[in-house]
Amino acid sequence: MSSIPASAEAHGASGEATALLALKSLSVRFAGVPVVDAVSLAVHPGECLGVVGESGAGKSLTFLAALGLAPPSARVSGEARFGATELIGRSERTLDALRGRRIGVVFQDPMGALTPHLRIGTQLTEPIRRHTGLSARAARARALELLEQVRLGEPARCLQQYPYELSGGMRQRVLLAIALSCDPQLVILDEPTTALDVTIQAQILALLAHIKRERGIGLVLVTHDFAALAGLADRVAVMRNGRVIETGSAAQVFHAPREPYTRELLAAAREPPGPAAAAAAADASGTGAPVLAVEDLAVHYRRRAPGLRRAAFVALEALNVALAPGESLAVVGESGCGKSTLTRAALRLIGVAHGRIAWLGRDVGTLPERRLRPLRRALQLIFQDPLASLDPHLTVERLVGEPLEVHHRALGAAARAERVAAMLERVGLDPALGARRPHELSGGQCQRVGIARAMMLAPRLLVCDEPLSALDVRAQRQIGALLDALRREQGMSVLLVSHDLNAVRRLCERVLVLYQGRMAELGPSEALLTRPLHPYTRALLEAVPVADPDVQPGRLGAVPLSERGPPAEPGGCVFRSRCPLASVRCAEEHPPWIEARAGHWVACHHWERGADGMLRA
Amino acid sequence: MLGYALRRIAGIVPVLLILLTVSFFVIRLAPGGPFASARALSARTRAELRARYGLDRPLPVQYAAYLRALAHGDLGRSYSLRDEPVAALIGAGLPVSAELGAAALVLGVLSGIALGIGAVLRRGGLIDRALAPLAAVTLALPSFVTGPLLALVFGLWLRWLPVAGWQPDTPRDLVLPAITLALPLAASIARLTRAGLLETLSASYIRTARARGLGRARVLWHHALRPALVPVVSYLGPAATYLVTGSLVVETVFELPGTGRYLVMGAIDRDYTLVMGMVLVYGTLTLLANLGADLLHAWLDPRVRHEPE
Repeated sequence: MSSIPASAEAHGASGEATALLALKSLSVRFAGVPVVDAVSLAVHPGECLGVVGESGAGKSLTFLAALGLAPPSARVSGEARFGATELIGRSERTLDALRGRRIGVVFQDPMGALTPHLRIGTQLTEPIRRHTGLSARAARARALELLEQVRLGEPARCLQQYPYELSGGMRQRVLLAIALSCDPQLVILDEPTTALDVTIQAQILALLAHIKRERGIGLVLVTHDFAALAGLADRVAVMRNGRVIETGSAAQVFHAPREPYTRELLAAAREPPGPAAAAAAADASGTGAPVLAVEDLAVHYRRRAPGLRRAAFVALEALNVALAPGESLAVVGESGCGKSTLTRAALRLIGVAHGRIAWLGRDVGTLPERRLRPLRRALQLIFQDPLASLDPHLTVERLVGEPLEVHHRALGAAARAERVAAMLERVGLDPALGARRPHELSGGQCQRVGIARAMMLAPRLLVCDEPLSALDVRAQRQIGALLDALRREQGMSVLLVSHDLNAVRRLCERVLVLYQGRMAELGPSEALLTRPLHPYTRALLEAVPVADPDVQPGRLGAVPLSERGPPAEPGGCVFRSRCPLASVRCAEEHPPWIEARAGHWVACHHWERGADGMLRA
Repeated sequence: MLGYALRRIAGIVPVLLILLTVSFFVIRLAPGGPFASARALSARTRAELRARYGLDRPLPVQYAAYLRALAHGDLGRSYSLRDEPVAALIGAGLPVSAELGAAALVLGVLSGIALGIGAVLRRGGLIDRALAPLAAVTLALPSFVTGPLLALVFGLWLRWLPVAGWQPDTPRDLVLPAITLALPLAASIARLTRAGLLETLSASYIRTARARGLGRARVLWHHALRPALVPVVSYLGPAATYLVTGSLVVETVFELPGTGRYLVMGAIDRDYTLVMGMVLVYGTLTLLANLGADLLHAWLDPRVRHEPE
């Protein structure tokens, strides 16, 4: 309820009367349990309302319910007024006259939000034709115009394509074009950038800022990330457990939050740089063979090009990297850059085109799988989606004890149970949870189970493929801290694949930046993340949104990189088509891999020019 | 799409050749021979018969001769049915069987899809609640029970339709056999449609479509139905096999002069040429049905067309 006076204050006496969308005591219950609890919020024309909170806070459901899009089992009560029209309890027919015409919606998952078997053109023109009655030709012209407005290259070609042919960022632009297609007064965006790379996220946020300025429409931006709101939202509402716990102007919430919970979320988004991670147990590192080393590693995929020709796709090329005992190394880059391919190839889970792979100083490139198995014990993996990586039929105790069943068969059941309980405690799980199954745990708890299972055999190397990206901000910090503590205790090495540069800085001593399967830069994290040498690394860093409404708007104006283009022609630097420093030399000559500073390697002809331009902000 | 279709059609020929080869040898390996049963023949007559049909030659020679004849469109002559050319026998029976199969296929697919959609449109309504038990009963009853049952009700009691038999150009004769054959098909397809539709309706892109205010009908027909029919289409291959084997029973129950009986007769009498002819016809039909299902699948889902092999 507190939001109504707040909004009235900001918009003068007429406040509520002019609201585009006003929610009043909106509640959503599933089987009697309130998931959204008496939420009151208002959005005004030309205003962007940011709604922030962790997953499960009910933020998306609030707006889905207002639009009549909540799941059928939801019981919705309260009021939701769009202008003079009450939306709650109205027929589909009434709502259909507003949805898509007056209110546009963009959903989180751009991969699943478009109908897979219909061309983009069909999906974009169907709301236009239905709501405005334009002819097919006029609707197509309008669609082309819209795709240009959301800055999609080659709009005419795009209309003929199917969703699977577009990248995540391109799909998100298409969804935005669909939402804007009938000149709506209000657009609701549900986590519009969560599934995207930082560079793409920066572009979409800049596009939203542009649209807000140009069109003067109301925006609702639902997100778990305070940084995504900075510079865009005029007012911010914080939700927790189905309730709005704080609302206010963006300046007020960002600079003088009232609630401790808001402060906690802000702190997580504003991770202070802090000292970069140091090597675990100094005596363990430096001595002994690398835990994992690859030399001149290359992975090629064969894929069918349109037509009948086959084309080899270079997933990795000329990879050279070694991981010392106790060391932590991060691999970063946009999706599709080969991060995950590198870990899979290095663990010999996929075939390689050529190159040498060594585990614990032993060449394993030619060993058959049967001989690899005993060695695999020392190299453990944890995965991005903690729930999907655990067998849903097994209890936590079985899951965590399984490695012992396989590798230490002599161990008795009692001894095994004891070790499992000790490990659960170590990773911060109540041993009483041992009887539960994965779906009865939170995301953070599932990831702890995954870590406990990997740690059971005291591995020398833990490979973590985006271990934090499926988790809430607070769980991310906790799991990050746990991984760091385990590494120090056990003196093991960590290979972290991540797109979260803050987490990388906290957890890893060295960072490897990949671009289109090739090494762009490798160096100590502190130096690489504050004084990057490669223009691509700099662009990645500049794309990370900053949770400060005074700083972020300037960054939204300057978009560092264009959408990923087609792979560069062979020969020369692979990054040159997107590089601000590209020269004739870059097209002719592949940049050599040189040690520009002590322990800091880069593949760029112009790294000295790049190093001069200090990192903005 | 065209390239995909051509690649798939070219793939049929080797499969058919393998099928014919395996059948050719397996049936000859089975105990007994064409003139082993039936009347007691003198050893000399039997040897003469075997020589006349070339059965005394080594198997590879027989196989080569068979392929050579086949390449010229000659399916050989039946051993048991008055020396009739197999091609003529099939030519006489196939139209009846094909009409029955096509009618059952159309009836089963259309009514199955309609029932599945009906069940989803009114969740918890009459169709939705009746679908599961009805489908279970229909699938459990063999057609030699449902066939006579239908004949009893609609033929004998109500006298709407003929009980059995077949005259040329009288579609009425095919109504009861087609329904009998179509019932289990409709039951399976109704269940697949219902499950597929329920799953796609909860997909994220359906929510996007609804958020565009497209209206219920457009969302259902344009956005939900096509992906929902993928499992139905996948089932069409096995369904074709069911229609072939099911037609043997139904043709017998309703005394239709189709080709189904030739397969049974040929197998029992070790009438090699007749069996090989039937294998060729039914094998081709089954392969074509599976190909049709795959092409439909490619049409439903554009990703299939570009998939690497």
